[in-house]
Amino acid sequence: MTLAVFFGCSFIAFGPALGLCLFSVVREPLRVIILVAGKAIEGLVALSEDGCSPISIQQMAYVAGLGFGLMSGAFSMINLLADALGPGTVGIHGDSQLYFLTSAFMTMVMIFLHTFWGILFFHGCETQRWWEMVAVIFTHLIVSGLTFWNPLYLGSLIPSYLLMFATAAWAYVLSGGCTQNLLRSLQGQQSETSPQPGS
Amino acid sequence: MAAGAGWRMGAGERGRRGAETLFRGLLFCVLGCGFCWGNSVERKIYIPLNKTAPCVRLLNATHQIGCQSSMNGDTGVIHVVEKAQDLKWVLTDGPHPPYMVLLDGELFTRELMLQLKGSSRISGLAVAISKPSPAQGFSPGLKCPNDGFGVYSNDYGPQYAHCNWTAWNPLGNGLAYEDFNFPIFLLEDANETQVIKQCYQDHNLPQNGSVPEYPLCAMQLFAHMHAVTNTVTCMRRSSLQTAFSLNPEEVCDALSDYNVWSTLKPINTSSKINPLDEVIIVATRIDSHSFFWNVAPGAESAVASFVTHLAAAEALHKVPDVQMLPRNIMFTFFQGETFDYIGSSRMVYDMKMDKFPIRLDNIHSFLELSQVALRNSSVLWVHTDPVSRRNDSIQPQVETLVEALINSSVGANVTLQEVGQSQPLPPSSFQRFLRAKSIPGVVLADHRTSFQNRYYQSMYDTAENILMKYPEGLSPEETLDYVTDTAKSLAEVATVVARALYQLAGGTGNTSAIQADPRTVSRMLYGFLIKTNNSWFQSIIKQDLKGLLGDELPQHYIAVTTLVNTTQLVQYVLANLTGTVVNFTKEECLNPEKTPNPEKEMYVYTWVQGSRDPNSTSRVPFCVQSTVHLTKAASPAFELKQWGSTEYSTWTESRWKDIRARIFLIASKELESTLEAIAEADI
Repeated sequence: MTLAVFFGCSFIAFGPALGLCLFSVVREPLRVIILVAGKAIEGLVALSEDGCSPISIQQMAYVAGLGFGLMSGAFSMINLLADALGPGTVGIHGDSQLYFLTSAFMTMVMIFLHTFWGILFFHGCETQRWWEMVAVIFTHLIVSGLTFWNPLYLGSLIPSYLLMFATAAWAYVLSGGCTQNLLRSLQGQQSETSPQPGS
Repeated sequence: MAAGAGWRMGAGERGRRGAETLFRGLLFCVLGCGFCWGNSVERKIYIPLNKTAPCVRLLNATHQIGCQSSMNGDTGVIHVVEKAQDLKWVLTDGPHPPYMVLLDGELFTRELMLQLKGSSRISGLAVAISKPSPAQGFSPGLKCPNDGFGVYSNDYGPQYAHCNWTAWNPLGNGLAYEDFNFPIFLLEDANETQVIKQCYQDHNLPQNGSVPEYPLCAMQLFAHMHAVTNTVTCMRRSSLQTAFSLNPEEVCDALSDYNVWSTLKPINTSSKINPLDEVIIVATRIDSHSFFWNVAPGAESAVASFVTHLAAAEALHKVPDVQMLPRNIMFTFFQGETFDYIGSSRMVYDMKMDKFPIRLDNIHSFLELSQVALRNSSVLWVHTDPVSRRNDSIQPQVETLVEALINSSVGANVTLQEVGQSQPLPPSSFQRFLRAKSIPGVVLADHRTSFQNRYYQSMYDTAENILMKYPEGLSPEETLDYVTDTAKSLAEVATVVARALYQLAGGTGNTSAIQADPRTVSRMLYGFLIKTNNSWFQSIIKQDLKGLLGDELPQHYIAVTTLVNTTQLVQYVLANLTGTVVNFTKEECLNPEKTPNPEKEMYVYTWVQGSRDPNSTSRVPFCVQSTVHLTKAASPAFELKQWGSTEYSTWTESRWKDIRARIFLIASKELESTLEAIAEADI
């Protein structure tokens, strides 16, 4: 369906996640390593001078989650984007015309969800709260199950987005955030309790 | 960090890592395989059209003909044209050009095509084959086939040159010899045509006089041809590539294949025959053509003629005293005659250059079978060349020839009549021999002036065109053995030809016993026009040639690959009908030179797989001794590197990478802009 659809769908699916990547990961080389290689923590510890992990566990959770999210987004979206480059659009067998658009939005929500699930799961592992881990798995299954509503796209996208916002809020709270910090950051002021590296 | 703890963690870690890698590997394989085995998103978007035939580009010394598409295919909104008024939407009124026209076969005429050719609102054309064939006839060939390459020119019979006397193919509209800059495909399957029309009706029809809305049904045709301009240009480019490039990209190939020939009395092909020996040449062509690539059923223009020829050869070989006849008979099947006499011009060239065992001086007379299946009230016309007949030595020999033919027709349901003595020869291989030397000869045809064949060199020249009718409800085996009226009629012609040849070769016995077998003719017609994969053909071919026989309709186009199916099948059928079974083992048959016997040099031995026993699944192979040979049928222009030659055929076929067709929906530009806007907002 031409270049316009190709770029449109890629930006919808990956834009926000790449934005997150750009603002929070790319500047710190260690975070880039974790984004790409996930389980590099032992290697990093071995390389560090004082034997401690140079990156906090929350940062690792966030970056690892983002990495997994981007990977899953790539796997689900690349093959669609390759077909989006061609001259045709979905619909000759009666499927909905909005297939590419809704797939892009679904991919975006999955990338965000993976990021937040990463934070929740790591927190659950660190603090031995098994119910957080179960919640992550459970919500993963719910979101996958919601896709059975397709092509009734409202039935799959809206609940997924609501679940994403809920998971985002939970992950934010677990990372030590509070509403005051949120309001201050929205107003452009720096937060007083930002997590320090190494804690 | 304690070394021991680290080491223990390392082992456990390695085990976990191993399992993870294995899991990731498996996942990758599954996803990768899913990618390769039919991308399901692609299947949601495109419907491929599988039963199509493209129009490709052919080139000769001065022109290019055929069709061309863009490098990445041509796309257009589908519009179905079922009557002439529908064309107005495509040419002027439609709001979404360019259009891809789906044309009914009846409307595929020269006038309409020239209108489309001049328009920039057409991106391609799909023609739905018309069933039944158009009643008014259809021939994309020229009105004057092979003009300029026959014998008549400004130096030889100028009043007959360029069909001044009679247009042989008056229905010929010359479409196959036009150059189109958009792709044209043939839709062979009526079901696929219906799918396209359904998509058109669902999406492209204007509702209540308003403009049809997006999404619209569109078609994309891929048929990009690499060669341009003419043969001189494309052969020059190809030879530069071959000479200087490590990975040569040739752009065109010469049309070439092999001629099949066999002699009644065996001759030694490694040397020339005695200059005093006389040979009578019997000739037919075995190829045809149409507007579309590799669609060439050629029933009346080629198949009926060579089947008759094969039946006459079989009848002659059954006569007991043929090995004692004073003159020899050479049964020749020329390939490529449709393209300015490729096969016959090459044989004449080889004879002149002494590369062929028989020389032009050995030829006593020439008998050609042109189109013979549509005889009107059982008349078979005898055509001769008026210019050579003015020669006092040729005239009596031609009269002897004609007399022998007329004598042989007594008692058979064939009436031989001579055409007017001032009438020229129709397009025939005999004309190429006359160019080299005046030889007495005749061409037998079912037409007096213009062709009886209303579908000359078109996709409609099929079994129906020669009135082959089978009763309903027969199995394939029963159909193979059923003798049609067409077969009986052609067998009569073969009988007349065989008897005449016997007399011309100096035979003195009674000819009434010489009879062509209608059952053999019928089986050959079935095999060459309906299905090559039948039990008889299976039993006469070599063991390792399974790919030769197919279930689809046989096509007889010369192509650029060597030894097309038609040539090979004619070779095996001729060997079976004229050869003898010898009691050799497989080793002896495949290596005849190992057993010393001077006789063996005169024959060709073929190990054929034999017929299947009705009870078992194995076949009983045997060795066939015959005199069937193949000689190259490639135009001398390519041997001599005279690519711009006007003397010899210079036809080449372009190369291409990708030929396919598909349909899909296209979305409006507005939807795309909305998408872009959302994306930008996102970022």
